[in-house]
Order: sequence, then structure tokens, then C-alpha cells
Amino acid sequence: MTATAYDVLAPEGSRPMDILRLATAGSVDDGKSTLIGRLLYDSKAIFEDQLAAVEQTSRARGEEYTNLALLTDGLRAEREQGITIDVAYRYFATPRRKFIIADTPGHIQYTRNMVTGASTADLAIVLVDARNGLTEQSRRHAFLTTLLRVPHLVLAVNKMDLVDYDQRVFERISEEFAAFAAKLEIGDLSFIPISALHGDNVVQRSEKMPWHDGTSLLHHLEHVHIASDRNLIDVRFPVQYVIRPHQATDPALHDYRGYAGQVAGGVLKPGDEVMHLPSGLTTRIARIDTARGPVPEAYSPMSVTLVLEDDLDVSRGDMICRPHNQPMASQDVEGMVCWMSDTKPLAARDRLVVKHTSRTVKAIVRDLQYRLDVNTLHRDENADRLGLNEVGRVSLRLTQPLFFDPYNRNRQTGGLILIDEATNATVGAVMITEGR
Amino acid sequence: MVCAWLVVQLRSNAPAGERDLIPSVPDDRSLLVAVRSDYSLSQLEVLEAESIHIMREVAAEFERPVLLFSGGKDSIVMLALAERAFWPARIPFPVMHVDTGHNFPEVIDYRDRRVAEIGVKLVVASVQDSIDAGRVAEETGRRASRNRLQTTTLLDAIEENRFDAVFGGGRRDEEKARAKERVFSFRDEFGQWDPKNQRPELWSIYNTRIRIGEHIRVFPLSNWTELDVWQYIAREKLEIPSIYYAHQRRVFERDGILLAESEFTHPADDEQVFEATVRYRTVGDIPVTGAVESSATTVSDVIAEIAATRITERGQTRADDRASEASMEDRKREGYF
Repeated sequence: MTATAYDVLAPEGSRPMDILRLATAGSVDDGKSTLIGRLLYDSKAIFEDQLAAVEQTSRARGEEYTNLALLTDGLRAEREQGITIDVAYRYFATPRRKFIIADTPGHIQYTRNMVTGASTADLAIVLVDARNGLTEQSRRHAFLTTLLRVPHLVLAVNKMDLVDYDQRVFERISEEFAAFAAKLEIGDLSFIPISALHGDNVVQRSEKMPWHDGTSLLHHLEHVHIASDRNLIDVRFPVQYVIRPHQATDPALHDYRGYAGQVAGGVLKPGDEVMHLPSGLTTRIARIDTARGPVPEAYSPMSVTLVLEDDLDVSRGDMICRPHNQPMASQDVEGMVCWMSDTKPLAARDRLVVKHTSRTVKAIVRDLQYRLDVNTLHRDENADRLGLNEVGRVSLRLTQPLFFDPYNRNRQTGGLILIDEATNATVGAVMITEGR
Repeated sequence: MVCAWLVVQLRSNAPAGERDLIPSVPDDRSLLVAVRSDYSLSQLEVLEAESIHIMREVAAEFERPVLLFSGGKDSIVMLALAERAFWPARIPFPVMHVDTGHNFPEVIDYRDRRVAEIGVKLVVASVQDSIDAGRVAEETGRRASRNRLQTTTLLDAIEENRFDAVFGGGRRDEEKARAKERVFSFRDEFGQWDPKNQRPELWSIYNTRIRIGEHIRVFPLSNWTELDVWQYIAREKLEIPSIYYAHQRRVFERDGILLAESEFTHPADDEQVFEATVRYRTVGDIPVTGAVESSATTVSDVIAEIAATRITERGQTRADDRASEASMEDRKREGYF
């Protein structure tokens, strides 16, 4: 409908370039850094001076090959220890898509950083070393990926060159993973045999594995359909900021009052009847403003400003929805929690601050129902606390209601963070399962 | 045009009382954001929406935010995003320039013009003042620069103005330490960054809580690349300082970087000054910012050049990043931008 002549990378007349956010999980040993290095290198996103610096460092350390992990491990401590501690973000683009890679650490002690990277991902790649098959770590990564509801998962069986590109090895690992995955809720699961070192099935389909009837990894990344992963059904507009120009750029705007926010679900159109929460009052959308002019509709993830027909008392933290499709509103929420504090465990009766969409409230932990072993998926119902990087099911009592949806229906309105009131540290992430 | 036609039809077919419920089409420009029927958004639209969300979050949750504005391309885009985030209201926070005194005059002209045009308050934090007050000592020698001294000036200005959130134009694709940083990056009372102990940052929910004396550095352009910035400048037709385009300049080569002849640079006897056609790919202090040979005179020329380049912008143009592999990480830990 609209020309996108500004997207110069996209070929003439093609669809506009979109963004795919992907998270990679695995350790250096699985060849994760080599894989990322290969994707970046083959898509010309590694520059000559970066490569020269890496080659120089590799030589200085007496390593026999150019260590591409040095490209992604950006902190001094990471280079010294040869491990990934925190997420590094990398960028590359092909004519079809811009890619944001969240390169996340594989070690269990840095799970919270992996969770940070996975929370915004459209797709996750779990890497497995073909020689070792599934490990506790690969199961944990797959579990965390599904806990965070990353919609697309790729199991990349790497180092196929070291098992003579043997189809049986790939199939055995794939079958084992599929059996494990049946216990998880995975929307879209793909299996790709690769050799990151030699580039087999990374960018080009490999001639050494003619038995593989799927595509190369990059082809999959370029074509996986993500537009419908968004919720375009349930209208959710958390009010983020009220725009009332005291010194309007135009005197005609003296009475202007707009509600700014980022659409978290559904499609909003001028003329739509909407409900304001918590008041329950209804009105219509008069106009959807942006600095470039009004738009005929708004959907996730657009940042827009709503002008309503009636003068309601709307402030930050409120929710705009449709009268016949409302989020849950409750002071009691239950969900899966990933605990991220390295100083204090999570236990019943703890008091915490909750931030959910644009609303901040206080909470008390009612109950820790169970701790989930992220490796075996076993539920320990006798657990009375959660330590760093542990996952469990928790119920919270809040000082004020939140307006939320189950996380599996909407990642924006179904997720909340927990903040320690004393230290201000972010200590937990909750994926809401239900309210009461 | 289909969209404009549709709106006009809808308006003319609607009953008189409901006609105003359907927005009119004010001008062709608004069609640029007319939505596509499949609810898709281009990469620039997604990045813009994310940055605007970040800026509104800061305005809503902090008492005294400030936006660092140097007149460089990244801060130009950041300021344009701030205008769009709060329109039709004015930007609800001041902008601050950490002025080393070693600026390109074209950039200072641009800064003053742009600030006047928007009607935003400008705070100038001067490195010269920090030197005069004895807070920092000027480096000496042929390679002296005020780059590192800026950190003290910046932190002093944050403290003095009690700023609690500071927008920076840093991008994660620029440099490997920056690739590690959160969008909302916590700084302790000494302005220090602790890269091994960053707050987890999930979804687009940002933890904005701090104690008095601490602050948060906020990077709305975290996920933008150099090419995204240039494409946005083209799409939004943003004006940028003239030194970003090809021009004649007297330069000399040092460590493979073309530095401008100026009162702040001191070429050695074996560093020949010559005239060349150059442009700037980044804009910082004169003594540490290298020019690149280029004939690009328009934004699309520049975009074509950047799309084809095989060298990173900082590697090609910044003498300050070449000190060691961890020089950016070290400076960032101390409180650098």
C-alpha cells in the first residue's frame, strides 16, 4: 500500500524489510560463537578491522586458528575466562530481513542473562554437539526457551563434519529431542544438521548432507513467518504517558489530551468503542496520532497516541481494551517465576515491587507452590525457597489490581518483573499463568 | 493512494453525524505511515516504535532526565525521536552538550540552530571549566586530547544538575563493550558501570528504580545500526552538519587515520599536510576524529558508501578506540558515554 523506497536494502517492489530477533543458546564448546561468526562473516557483517583484531589476539595467545569467539565475547572477563557471561547483541542483515542476535551464555550460573536475551526473541537456536548428543544443558536451554515462549525453536546439530555427516547421528539426536520436546509446549520446531566451522547448511545447503531435505539455517531464518506471532486479536493498550502540551507547538492544541503508549495487542481503529480500566467506562477512539499525522489503525508494536472522544480520567498504568474483550483484572496472580537474585532466595511472605506493562505495584509472595528442576522437569512441592536461577510456580498478592493476560496468549501483558525494594535490583521474572 | 481513496470514500458514505469519526487525510506526508494491510512494519518503523517507547518510559518515571546532544548523527536521530515521542507537546527535558572546546565549528553552529528551532533548553558542560577548576589536568604532548577528560565533566554536570536519567546515543553495533550494555544501564554514585553485574532486562519492562546520587544511562538507539541511522536520516529528511558530506579539507595522516589540520592538532615533521576530498563518518573532537576520503555529497551517496564499506566506523575514524582491546570497556566503567 505504501511505498517503502526508504528501505534501500530491500529490492525494488519487494516487501519491506522486517526484523527477526533471535537468541542463540549453547556454550563455546558447542560451536555457538563459530556459528555466529559464520553468519556474520558470510553476510558481510564482520568488518576487516574487527577480523584483524581477532586474528592478532588469537596469534598473541598462541591459538592455532582464528578464535571467532573473541568477536562476540566483548568483556575483558569473558575474553580472559573464555566464556560468555552476559548477552551480547549482534546485528546483520540480508535483503529480506534485519537480524538481531542475542548471543546468550550457556552456563547455568548465567541463566538470568540467557532469560534476558530470550524474552524478546522470535526464534531461538539451541546448539548441540553431534558427538555428544543432547546434554543437560541443551535440555535446559530448550526448556527456558519455551518458558519464555519463544515462538520458533531450531535445534542445530553442529559439528556434523566430526561424525562423517552421518544421517543416523542426526536422526537419533532429533528423535531424542522430539521426545523431550513433547513434554514442552513448542509452537514451531525445526531440526538442521550443520557444520558451523565448514559452513555446511549455515548459509548454503550442504552437498555433504544430500539426505537433509530441509533448508539451510539462514534460509530458515529469512523465511520463518513471524508476523502472526503477535496477538492481533485482543486489544490491549497500556497507557504509558499522558501528553498534555502546556506550551503546545500549535495554539490550537491548547486542549489537547492524548494517551501515549505502545500497542500490546489487537488492532485499534478510530471510531472503535473502547473501555478504560480500572474505571470500566467506555468511549470511542477519536483519533490515533503520531508525529507524522493520524493513522487509520494501530497494532503491535506501534508507539502511538490515542485521542478519546470523552474526557475520562486516564493516567499512566491504566489499560485501554474493547468492552467485550477485557484482560483479567485481579490483585492475585499466579505464574512461573525465574528467580535472579544472587543475594537472597525467594520465599513465601517476601515483599517485592512488581512492574507490569506501565504499572508498578507492591506484592507479597503468598505461596511458592513448587520448584521445577529445569533439567528433569521434576516438580519439588516441598521446596520452601528458590535460589539464583531456579524456576518455580508462585502466587502473588498485589496492593492494586493488574490488567493482564496469560503469558501464552500475550507476552507483553503476561510478563512482569520483580524488584527488590531494598537494593532496587531486578530479582525475578514472572510469566503469568492465571489470576484469581 | 488506495488508502487515501478508501478514507475519502468512507467519509463520504458515512451518515453526517458519524463522518467526523473517520479521520481525514491531512496531507501526503501522513501517507508515509499509512499501515499496510498485512499489519507488517518495516525495520525502521519497529526501531522507531521501540525508541519512542523507551523515551516515554523515562519521561514518565524519572524526575530529571537529560538528553546528551553533541550534534553528531546519532544524537540528531535521538533528538528527532524525542520530538516524535512527545508531539504535539515539547520535549519534556533539557539537552546537554559536553563541550571539549575542540569542536568542529560546523557542528556547534548546527547544535545552536537545532536547539533554537525546537525550543529546548541546552546545558553546556565545559571541559575547559573542569580544567580551570583543577578537576582534571590537560594531557600534554603531540597526541594530547580531551577525550578522556570528558568523563569527569559529564559526571560533575550530572551531579550538579541532579540528573537521574541520561539519554545517550550509543549503539550496540558500534563496539564490543557497547554490545553488552542494557538499554537502561545502571550507574552507581560514582557514575561507574559494572558490566559483570547488570540488571536483568526482560521484554520491554525497564527497571527505573535508583537511590539518590545514582543514575541510569538510557540508550534508545541500542538496536540501531549505523546503516539504520543513515536510512532514518534519509527517510525523515533530517538536516545534518555539512561535514558529514564530501568537502575539501587540509589533513594529515597519523596511524592510518586522516586528521584535520587545526589549532588543536599538531602534525609532526614527518606528517605531511595535504588537501583532500573527505567527509566525516563520525563526529567527535577534532584531535581524535578521522576523516574518510569520499565524494559522497548526498544522503543516498553516503548510504551506498556505508553499505559497501568493509571497515567499522570506529575503527576507521576514532583514534581514541585504538589504545587497547578493552579501552571502551575501561572508559565506560569509569562513566564515559
